[in-house]
Amino acid sequence: MEIKTKVHAEEGQHDLLITRQFDLPVALLFKAYAEAEFLAQWMGTTVLALESRKHGSYLLETKDKDGKVAFRANGVFHNFVPDEKICRTFEMEGSGSGVQLEIYDFEPLTDSTSKLTMHVIYESVAQRDQVLKLPFTQGINWAHNRLQEIMEKT
Amino acid sequence: MKRRRDVFQAIADPTRRAILLLLVTSPSMTAGSIAANFDTARPTVSKHLQILTECQLLEQRQSGREIFYQVNAKKMKEIDSFIEPFRVMWDDRFNRLEAIMKQYKHSK
Repeated sequence: MEIKTKVHAEEGQHDLLITRQFDLPVALLFKAYAEAEFLAQWMGTTVLALESRKHGSYLLETKDKDGKVAFRANGVFHNFVPDEKICRTFEMEGSGSGVQLEIYDFEPLTDSTSKLTMHVIYESVAQRDQVLKLPFTQGINWAHNRLQEIMEKT
Repeated sequence: MKRRRDVFQAIADPTRRAILLLLVTSPSMTAGSIAANFDTARPTVSKHLQILTECQLLEQRQSGREIFYQVNAKKMKEIDSFIEPFRVMWDDRFNRLEAIMKQYKHSK
C-alpha cells in the first residue's frame, strides 16, 4: 500500500513535520479538527471542551474500561482560520513531555483532495524524541506482556 | 527481484517481537528451543526466524550440526531510533479521519 503519511524528524532538532494528503475537500478535512463530534471519532477520545476560535481552548480525555483517566490533554488556539490554518498548544497532562506548539496548514489540492502539513515544535530535543519513541515503546511493552503470557502458559 | 525485507515489517508482527525479546533474554538459541516457547506450529516459527534473519535483526551461527540464532545488536540499536511506529500511529489516525469524513459527506 502507498505510504500517505510522512514524518520528517531531523536528528538533534526539537521539531518535526508530518504531512498527509487526503481524499477529502479541504473544508471537510478542516471540519474534522474544528468540530468536537468528528475530532472525538477519529482521535478516539472524549472531547470535554473545544472552543474553535482564536484564544479558545480545548480539553480531551480518555478513560479506560475501569473508568480511570488514561489520557488527558489540553491546549489553546493561538490562531484559527477556517479551512486554512490552526496554531495551537498541546499538552499531555502528566506525561512529562512538556508543551508543544502545533501549526497546521490546510491546503486544497483539487476540489476533492487536500493536504495537511503539521509542524510540531517541542520544548527540547529530548522531549521530541520521547514523544517519537512512545508508540515504539508501547509496542515493545505489549510484546513483552505477550511473551510473559506465553511463558506462564508453558 | 525479491523485495527487500524491512525491519519495520519484521517488528510489525507480535510473534516476531516476542522472538526478539526471547533472544534478548537468552542470547543464543536453536530454532527448536525457540519454537518450544510458542504454541505456534514449528514451520510458522521457522518462517518468522527466516524473516528476522533476512532483515538482519537475527544472525545465524553454526556450531557443529546445530544452527544457533542470536540478536544482531547493531541492527537492534537502529530500532531504538525508529520513528516508524510513530508514523504508523498517525497514518492510522488519518485513515480513520478520512473514512469518517467520507461517510459524513455521503450521508449529507
